[in-house]
This record gives sequence, C-alpha cells and structure tokens, in this order.
Amino acid sequence: MSAAFRPANQDSALVRWLLVGAAVLVAVVMLVLPLAAVLAEALRRGLGVALAAIAEPDTMAAIRLTLLVAVLTVPLNLVGGVAAAWCIAKHDFPGKRLLVTLIELPFAVSPVIAGMVFVLMFGAQGWFGPWLQARDIQVVFALPGLVLATLFVTFPFVARTVLPLMQEQGRAEEEAAATLGASGVQTFLRVTLPNVKWGLLAGVLLCNARAMGEFGAVSVVSGHIRGETNTMPLHVEILYNEYQFAGAFAVAALLAVLGLVTLAAKTLLERLAGRSTGARA
Amino acid sequence: MTVEVQGIVRRFGATAALEGVSLSVREGEFIALLGPSGSGKTTLLRILAGLEGTDAGVVRVGGRDLTGVPARERGIGMVFQNYALFRHMTVFDNIAFGLRVRAQKPHHSEIATRVRRLLELVQVPELETRYPEQCSGGQRQRVALARALAIEPRLLLLDEPFSALDALVRKDVRRWLRGLHDGLGITSVLVTHDQEEAMELADRIAVMERGRIVQFDTAETLLRAPATAFVAGFVGEAARLPCTVRGGVAHFDPLPMTPLRAALPDGPATAFVRPHDIVARSGDGAAKVRLVRQEDQAPNRLVVQAGDVVLDATSGPGEVFARGQACRLTLRGGHVFSAAGGSTRAQPLAAAMAS
Amino acid sequence: MSATTLSLGRPSPIAAIPGFRLTLGITLAWLGGVVLIPLAALALRPWELGLGGVLAVLADARVLAALQLSFGAAAMAALLDLPLGLLLAWVIVRLRFPGRSALDAALDLPFALPTAVAGIALTALTAPNGWLGAPLEAMFGWKIAFTQAGIVFALMFTGLPFIVRTVEPVLRDMARDAEEAAATLGASRMQTLGRVVLPALLPALLTGFSLAFARSVGEYGSVIFIAGNLPMLTEIAPLLIVVKLEQFDYAGAAVVGMAMLLLSFALLFGINQVQQLLRRGRA
Repeated sequence: MSAAFRPANQDSALVRWLLVGAAVLVAVVMLVLPLAAVLAEALRRGLGVALAAIAEPDTMAAIRLTLLVAVLTVPLNLVGGVAAAWCIAKHDFPGKRLLVTLIELPFAVSPVIAGMVFVLMFGAQGWFGPWLQARDIQVVFALPGLVLATLFVTFPFVARTVLPLMQEQGRAEEEAAATLGASGVQTFLRVTLPNVKWGLLAGVLLCNARAMGEFGAVSVVSGHIRGETNTMPLHVEILYNEYQFAGAFAVAALLAVLGLVTLAAKTLLERLAGRSTGARA
Repeated sequence: MTVEVQGIVRRFGATAALEGVSLSVREGEFIALLGPSGSGKTTLLRILAGLEGTDAGVVRVGGRDLTGVPARERGIGMVFQNYALFRHMTVFDNIAFGLRVRAQKPHHSEIATRVRRLLELVQVPELETRYPEQCSGGQRQRVALARALAIEPRLLLLDEPFSALDALVRKDVRRWLRGLHDGLGITSVLVTHDQEEAMELADRIAVMERGRIVQFDTAETLLRAPATAFVAGFVGEAARLPCTVRGGVAHFDPLPMTPLRAALPDGPATAFVRPHDIVARSGDGAAKVRLVRQEDQAPNRLVVQAGDVVLDATSGPGEVFARGQACRLTLRGGHVFSAAGGSTRAQPLAAAMAS
Repeated sequence: MSATTLSLGRPSPIAAIPGFRLTLGITLAWLGGVVLIPLAALALRPWELGLGGVLAVLADARVLAALQLSFGAAAMAALLDLPLGLLLAWVIVRLRFPGRSALDAALDLPFALPTAVAGIALTALTAPNGWLGAPLEAMFGWKIAFTQAGIVFALMFTGLPFIVRTVEPVLRDMARDAEEAAATLGASRMQTLGRVVLPALLPALLTGFSLAFARSVGEYGSVIFIAGNLPMLTEIAPLLIVVKLEQFDYAGAAVVGMAMLLLSFALLFGINQVQQLLRRGRA
C-alpha cells in the first residue's frame, strides 16, 4: 500500500485497480453469486423441468393467490400513500412530523411482528377471534389475513417515494390552480399528479414487488394450506423443506426475475423523473 | 371592483403577521403594498386571494363579503412571485386552464379564441406551443399575467412580479404593465419592496411596517408629508440624523451641520434629510468629501463624511470638489420626528445664518 | 387597533389548497386501521400475563438466547458491512472503470430479491456442497450454512445496500478541495483519509449502520433457511415468535415481539443521540 502515500487526492493506478478489484470481488461473492445460484439451481435439470415445476397446480394456485393479494393491497396503499403525501406536502398542521414518523414505522418493525399483530387481533385466541368464529368468518389463515399483513409491510412505500417529490414541487402551482378556479380533484389530477407521475409509478412498483415477495409477515398469518393460503414465497419454503429443490428454485427464480424487472424499471423511472426535473433547473 | 379591507388580523402561532389592517381601494385603481420583508404585505395579498385565512376582519370585493369563500370561488386573478406556471403544460394550456376547469366550460374553439386574444394582449403570440422552461423570465411573466386575466378577474393581484427579471427588462415591463392596466381598468394590487416600482406603477401606495399600514397615500404625499419616521426613512432617499430639539430648533452636534427650525417639544428627535437638502460648500468645515459621484442625472452628488456618519450630499452651486477636500454642510430642510411624538417639516433657521 | 375593530368579522380559517380534511381523514384511517390499532394489540396483549408473567417469559433461557442471537448477529453483520459498504460506495463514486454502472445496479440486488429467494440462494451457496461452502470447508474447515456464521452472512447480504446507499450521496457531495487542501498542507494520503475524509463520512456511516441493524434484527425470510434453527443455538427471535404462535402462546409471542421492538428503538435512539453529539461537535 506504499503507493497510497501520495500527496494528491488521486490515488495511484495500482491502488485504484486494487480498490476496484476488491469491490468487484465483494459484489460478486455477496450479491451476484446468490442470484446466479438461484438461476443455476432452477435450471440444473433443464428449462423443461423448471417450467413443469411451475405449471404444477399447487404452484399455479400460489401464483394466482400472490397476484390476488397484490391486486388487493397495492391500490389501497396507493390511495392511502397519495392521500398522506398530499396532505403532508401541501398543508400545514400540528403533528406533521409525528405523522411522517408513524407512516415510516412499518419499516422498523420485523415482518414477523407485522404478521403477529393480526394474529393477536383475529387469531383463535385473538381479541376478535371468538366473535369472528361465532360468525364463521376467517381472517387469519385466510385471504383477509394475508391482505392485512401485506398491507402493513408495504404500507410506507408509496408515501415515501411520492412525499419528497411533492415537497420539492412546493405549493405555488396548486395555489395558482386554486385562484384560477380549480377544485381539489382538478388540482390534483391536472397539476400535482403530472409532476409526480414517474415517482408515483416507481413507488407502486416497489410496493408491488414487496407485496408479491413478502415472506415473514404472510408466513405468520397464512397457515400454509396448499392451494389455498400459500403465496409464491411460502410455496418456495414448502417445496424446499420437502426437498423438491427443482420446484423450489424454479419458483424462486420466477420471484427473482420479478425483483430484477422491478429494479430495472425503477432505475429507468428514476432517470425519467430526473430528466424532467433536471430540465427545469 | 372596489376592495374594502377592515380590521384584518392574522397570527402565525404567537407572532402576528397582520395586526388590524384596513384599506379601501377604488374601482379601477392601481395600488401598491410597499414594505420591507416581514411587514405583512404578502400575507395581506394572500388573504385577498383566499390563499390565507384570517383571525379577524372582513374583506369585501365589490361589496361582497368574502369571509370563508375559498380561493377558487373568488374570481380574483393572481400573478405569483415566481409565476407558478404549470411546468408540464404548454403556454396555451396554462392560459386555458382557468377556462377548462369551469363547471360549464366553454367550447374548445371559444377557449382557443380567447387564449389567442390574451396572447396578443400580452404581446407573445409566438409562445403558444412552448413550455414554461423554454421561455425567458419576461415571457413567463407575460404568460402568468395572461393566465390570471383569462378568468376575467374582478381584481388582479401581483406578488413581486418583477423580482425575477433583469434590471434592464424591469423598467420596460413596468411601463408596459401600467399601460395595460390603463387599457383594461381592472382594480389591481401590487406587492413590492421596491419603492421605485411602487411609485412608477401605483396610483396610491400603502406603506406597511410590522403588520400595519402606516400610511396610504399618493407617492407625492408620501414624499412631502411622511406620517411616521419609518415612512420618511423607507420612502425616498433620506439620511437619518439624530438631533436634539431645544427651543424649537433641532441641533445636530456633534455632527458638523447647521441647525433647522423645528416646532417640536424639547428633547431627542430624528431628522430625515434628502441628499439635495444637504449642501456642501468649500471651506475649512469639519466634513470631508469622500467621493465625487460621476452620474449623468446628478453631476453634483457627493459622498461626504461628517463625524462618523457617511451621507449623500449635493455640492453648492458652482462648487467643484476633489476627493479628500474639507467642506461645510448646510441643511436646507428635512422632516423631524420627536422621540416624544409629533413631527414637522423643518426649515433652515434664516438665510443669513445659512450663508 | 381598538378592541371593537379587532373583533370585526369571524375568523376565516382558509386552507389555500383544497382537500385537506379528506386526505387527512384517509391518511388517519389508513394509518390507524393498518398500523396503529394492530400495534396496540402488540403493546397490550403481553400484560395478560401480568408483570411477573412478562418477566418470566423474558427470563426464559431460550428467549434470552434468541434475543441475544438476533441482536448480536445484527450488530455483527452491520459492523462487518461498514468497511465493505464504504469500499463499494467509494469505488462507484470516485473511480471510473468499465462495468461501473453494472456494479452500481448490482448493489440494489438485496433490496430487489424477495427474502425467501435470498434465503434459499444464500443457503445453496454456503451449504457444504455449495459454490462457496465446499471450497471454504475444504480449505479452512469453515462451516457457514446452518451455523451462527450463516446467520451473520445472510444479514450482511440484506444490510449491505443500506450502508452503500447512505454513504454514497454524502461522498458524492463531499468537496474534493478539502482533500486537496489537506494535501497542500503536507498531509499524507492516509492522513488525509483518516483526518479529513473519514470524519466527514462518520455520520453517514452511523446512519447506514443503524438502518442495516434495524432491518437485520427483525429479518426472517433470508435467515431461517440458512440458520439451522436449533433452540438456544441458531434460533433467531422472529422464529421464536413464530414457534410460540404455533403453540397458541399469543401472550408469550407478544412479549418477545414487544421486547424486540423496544430494544431496537432504544438502540436506534441511542445511536441517534450519538449522531446529534457528533453534529453538535462539528457546528
């Protein structure tokens, strides 16, 4: 490392290449190899086996359930997240900072706890358990529980991506719209929304990826009933524990692809958003 | 439309932004709210627009009480400080916005006709398809004005509309805007901290200080008879000189200046003296010329040092000064405000004493 | 102004932009229904056992071991991630080389991969027959999967991007002239890094550490496959909660959950205080 002792802020070529080499090594071992391992394991016995594993009825049921949960949770969190961001960015009221902290709270809570709170409320020994049982309503170990737990863990995504954008936009354009006679809905749809659309889309994508990939929270409320309350990530676990590695890794690879596509789309959207704000500056 | 503002109070937490402001604007009048930042002028403008609430007081426009009426139902046009143009819309769409959000929106050909007429009016028809970021500051201002005029407002509010413009463009735009007002006759309220701007544009100027209107008069009256020391100091160009009144005469010692006759009670006071009322004459006075200004309009302007005060002065007739030269200072008049209250227009003691 | 004019007219509380009540209402309903009321259950249920019962659950050796493992492994992983994260952030901000943007994109992989996928991937990689597990065992006799080392490895994976992405913007905004000034004043490169660069990055490193730590304490999906899950040895606290819930010991599970939350909030609060001290020391 003696080459590093140079009186300039540019390190020598040797040091630079050592740093790059070390960084690439870390990234490969810690980040790329795990991903490669999933894909390799999935395709170990050929693409046909992997596809056959995915086409299995239980797996297809898991895929359908995962999509259903996402379709139910993402719009709810979209509405809630946008409402919260609008309310916080465009108005002043006491307790605003506390509200922001509370909205971020689910990120600080273990997914298992996120699932547990709904069991504590709606499970067999839960607060509302007997009441629900008397009316033959299933929340835990059924779709409502999955949706609730997923809502909890994906709660902050939309608000968190849209809020900073709305704050950065300021309020002048909305105020101008008000003096020109626009209603709240018109102001939101015609003035606010076009300015945050890329960020909002990115937030929705992240929310969706998490909703489809969530494991800990849904694991607690699912009951793992095959073909009924098993989402894709839970199905990966079941197959894995039954030593059906081809199937487990095939489903995992599908989820990994979902993650990669989300990541790529998010990067693209950030670039789009950056371009439209950058041009204004 | 007439504007009637009565006893408006607005507090933000413990601090009061407006402490009982009253104002009445005549039909078709162009008035300016002039004051330093924090004087409450923008808050008052936003209250007129319905963008800010009030804690007490009444606003009437054209006789109608606007208490509780939201901005969108007021029909008051506003040009925002940085124009607040909708950045994702073309100039055309910006101007058409106010027409399109109406419950009964006009036919699109009607909208197009009106937008084009407005673009002609503000003299930028070529901008129609551009986006705000493709326009210059002056162009954006015209677009913002056209957008505000599109709703055919009963009252036009202008929040520091020239602050984002180059000094060179500013003067032209100012004259153009006043001409436009004279043509349209819409009652207008301008917020500014620039007295030159206020004087050139407005029929009357309301000078604001710490949440109050301290004087509401024509520019000429503000200069001739300032109501308070603040107005005397803020409007026009005047040196603020501490003095003591004894027997109806204001003395400036230790500053080397001639006294002024001021019919005020004895005691400490403050005089506001304009540069052309401070005359420098050569001789072995206690003042010293620091700088001779080379200006077209005021070839006889000097900067002089008197004691530890540096002020703008005028050279006496026929006098030519060099930097560093000693001089005597004679006061030809000014406004004196007694610390005990009361003020007067001060006169030189006697022609004999001054020369 | 006299009192009579002051009381003129009624207060007119206008919100400039419409929609405040509606959106606040939606926000509070959404927040209350999905997050706050359920969390209240977590705060209230443990006390069904009484204070003595709560303390008894916490004093249980298995619970203590699980909490110790979760917090210890999370701290260890975040600590190990610090130099790695700093290295990666430095390289993508300061150096230009082919493949830099690919490296940059790869850093978000742990954010993008669902935890269960990460879990089985890391297990496959470090298992005795895996791409990493086999050579490491053959060469050094190290076992990673199904040991505490495996838990730390999984948590390093999930925590790494938090540190990189926190340090990166600070490093990017850091003026290079401070480094140049240090060099002109005769500091060696190492002195410059140690006395100028590192102190400037310290708050960001601390923030990154606490984010990675907070995430790791509660992490479940990426850990349970690799952990081995032996009580007292490789059983993390979230897994213990799941076990207790399966035994219908709701109150006991709530005690463990509450202890986890309170402990991590206390630690995060402490780190935050340290940071404020750092910031004040600089101002």
